[in-house]
Amino acid sequence: MNTASATPTAVRPLLQARGVSKRFGAVEALTGVDFEVGAGEVVALVGDNGAGTSTLIKAIAGPQPGDDGDYLFEGVPVSIKSPQDAKRLGIATVYQDLALCDNLDVVANLYLGAELIEKGPQSAIHVIDEIAMEVRAVELLDSLSVTTLQSVRSEVGSLSGGQRQSVAIARSLLGDPKLVILDEPTAALGVAQTRQVLDLVARLRERGLGVIVISHNITDVFEVSDRIIVLRLGRRVATFTTSETTPDAIVSAITTGARA
Amino acid sequence: MSTTVDPAPAPAPEPAGPDGSARSQLTLRIAQLGSLRVALVLAAIWIVFQSQNSNFLSAFNLTNLVLQIAAVGLISVGIVLILLLGEIDLSVGAVSGLAAAVMAVLNVKHGWGAVPAIGAGLATGAVIGLVNGFFVTRFQIPSFVVTLAGLLAWQGALLKVLGDTGTVNLNDPTITGLAGTFYGETVGWILAVVVIGAYAASGWLERVRRARAGLEPPSLRNFIIRLLAVAGGTIAAVLVLRADRGIPLAGLILVGTCAIGTFVTTRTKFGRSVFAVGGNAEAARRSGISTTRVRIIVFVLASTFAAAGGIMGAARLLAVNQGSGGSDLLLLAIAGPVIAGTSLFGGRGSVWHALLGALVIGSISNGMDLLALASSVKFMITGAVLLIAVVIDAVIKNQRERAGASR
Repeated sequence: MNTASATPTAVRPLLQARGVSKRFGAVEALTGVDFEVGAGEVVALVGDNGAGTSTLIKAIAGPQPGDDGDYLFEGVPVSIKSPQDAKRLGIATVYQDLALCDNLDVVANLYLGAELIEKGPQSAIHVIDEIAMEVRAVELLDSLSVTTLQSVRSEVGSLSGGQRQSVAIARSLLGDPKLVILDEPTAALGVAQTRQVLDLVARLRERGLGVIVISHNITDVFEVSDRIIVLRLGRRVATFTTSETTPDAIVSAITTGARA
Repeated sequence: MSTTVDPAPAPAPEPAGPDGSARSQLTLRIAQLGSLRVALVLAAIWIVFQSQNSNFLSAFNLTNLVLQIAAVGLISVGIVLILLLGEIDLSVGAVSGLAAAVMAVLNVKHGWGAVPAIGAGLATGAVIGLVNGFFVTRFQIPSFVVTLAGLLAWQGALLKVLGDTGTVNLNDPTITGLAGTFYGETVGWILAVVVIGAYAASGWLERVRRARAGLEPPSLRNFIIRLLAVAGGTIAAVLVLRADRGIPLAGLILVGTCAIGTFVTTRTKFGRSVFAVGGNAEAARRSGISTTRVRIIVFVLASTFAAAGGIMGAARLLAVNQGSGGSDLLLLAIAGPVIAGTSLFGGRGSVWHALLGALVIGSISNGMDLLALASSVKFMITGAVLLIAVVIDAVIKNQRERAGASR
């Protein structure tokens, strides 16, 4: 059943979770799930609705800790009981709602809650250093090849879905995370915008970050991931190396739990 | 001045509506006009009233206008902050009356000095704001309801504080001087030079700093237009006001408050968090901003500015009575910023809208008084103006959302 242990994990395991369980009353949402992602590796986490993908992510990212389970981060045992714990470890999460302020521009959104403050006497009243923030925002977006933005001073509300997703991902990188979790990053995006976001995910991998992508879109999953982990009814039922499998095998694992 | 040619800002691709119709583009363009739109409305109002009564634009009447709007403008400063959060405070009128009464009673009946009495009035406002903020954040009650309760309760408190006499006359020169002090021409010109110089210097400094950081400088043309507008407005104001009683302290207090408020809201971390909470409270919370703290501080500020407005109003009327802070004061204080473009939906607006809105509303009210229109007509016209402003706000919001969604 659990083929994960047989699958060679990534060369440098960044995060290893063992035996993660979570129950809501009588419902067992996760049952002894093992999970691992390496640095510089994109792992796609797939499963039908109710399979437990969201629950697993919330356990790893902290907002809804698991009832059971051990975590190793860079080989060291850690506990993840809150989003702050996850953040401290270097785990950043971009939820599907993106949590952007439409009325603020790109720079303001990138630095929301972590604005750079001007030095000198004006630091007493926390005067924002807009110029330093803008310089670094431009650098960050350029390094991610997010080039479709007309200006980093555009209001986020006026951006396309793909641009908004890119801004949200870029923001998660400001805390210098080691692991980025993306919840349905391509949902509701058009073809060109999906391309933008998938390219961006590839660049996260180039930077040596571990990336977990939750997606319902099998095409996108094949496009971007190194490994695919399938959950079904709260259990991990299959693990695939993306280059060695087919979409049919994935769909079959999602729907029947069968390892093709 | 530098001779470098300012690269004309690349014509921004017009964010056309989904139908790309000329009409939706026009609405967006009007939306982008911002404060200029209000200035045009104000000019139209002035032309209409001047054509009906040649005293409207006289130095005497314009000085009166400044005195009339000082109180409501100060209250509106707090309202802008509240609206930026997407909240509302219906108690500001009652709070302004109560704070003025506290000040008046302490000063006149208990022999407090002017400054401690004014301080007590402002503190009354601050404490009430704390109460409002506590109930809104702790019990998640809509601010509409909390402050509606406050509207009634603080009106009752006003009657209680005033006691049997019902009216307290003010004669302390420091208090009445808030509205009755005028500065001569020299002071006016010095202030004008300082204001224009500071505006030009800060704008120029920003250009230099951006250039040094390798960032694209903001459009020189826009900067010069704005500088000319500020300089023209300041010089015109001094020219007009010196011809009558002089530069009114009340006007300086209002303008100064707006300037400080604008700086705090647009340039500081706290101001940014106000916009963030108003734009998307959940996003703000997840970025580590304490939305509770921001909300409580803003409610405290709003009630404190309401108290300041009430004190200013009392200073001008030389008395506090049972009707202080009542009548249409509350609605005008809210209507002003909305007319000037601060959104009722949160996250969009400017503290300057308190001043601009008070000018628009004050001009309409003042002009209708000059024309000796009946109260019935005045109320209906003011109501219509407010409705039009809110409709424009809603239309702009829809256009903006559709333009964003279509791309």
